[in-house]
Amino acid sequence: MTEAKKLSLIAFSGDYDKLTAVFTLATGAAAVGYEVNIFFTFWGLDAIKQKTGRSFLGSNWLTKIFGYMMGGLGVTPNSRFNFCGIGPKIFRYLMRKNNVATLEELVDAAKLLGVNLYACEMAMHVLGLRKEDFIPEVKDVLGVATFLELSEGGRTLFI
Amino acid sequence: MATHTLDITAEHCPMTFVKTKIKLAQIPKGDVLEVLLKEGEPLNNVPKSATEQGYEVLSVHQVEGDTWRVTIRK
Repeated sequence: MTEAKKLSLIAFSGDYDKLTAVFTLATGAAAVGYEVNIFFTFWGLDAIKQKTGRSFLGSNWLTKIFGYMMGGLGVTPNSRFNFCGIGPKIFRYLMRKNNVATLEELVDAAKLLGVNLYACEMAMHVLGLRKEDFIPEVKDVLGVATFLELSEGGRTLFI
Repeated sequence: MATHTLDITAEHCPMTFVKTKIKLAQIPKGDVLEVLLKEGEPLNNVPKSATEQGYEVLSVHQVEGDTWRVTIRK
């Protein structure tokens, strides 16, 4: 029996560059016929927030401050060369100049290609986030057991 | 049945496949899509993945230099 054409990604990082890797793999795989699942957890949840900037999302004062500091997709930092937030802007400029898709374009493509987006129930609970805080394309809120079932028979990567 | 064209010669991975896939999803079944692409990864993989996904690759022709035209029927 051949391996199912299925790719499951665990998006743990909220870094701009690592999320770019997540969405490059996801869209590329979906475009060549793979079923793709992305499971967003902890910092990775920043990528699927409705509010792409900074806002006080959370259930109490502490998680609200966390929510503000973490921010959304538009303010994700680089894992290296962040330069107080200028790094991602430089990368976006270089990517546009070289006609390479930026993170925002990859996310839009992932939605169009029907990539399955899931949020981690436990991390949401810790960070005081609700499903309504995320983009409507997020299919479901899951735990480990369901993610393992979904990823069964395919390949899994942790980024 | 109409013929559609898509130029992905200026695109890079993964947008080469992504734009092809999205365009193929948009056109009606039976229509033809002509994809202009570059040698290397796009030429090696666009026709292959189209075939794998059940589309019919009608022809693969060199246009000039490293630019090729791949004709796919949905």
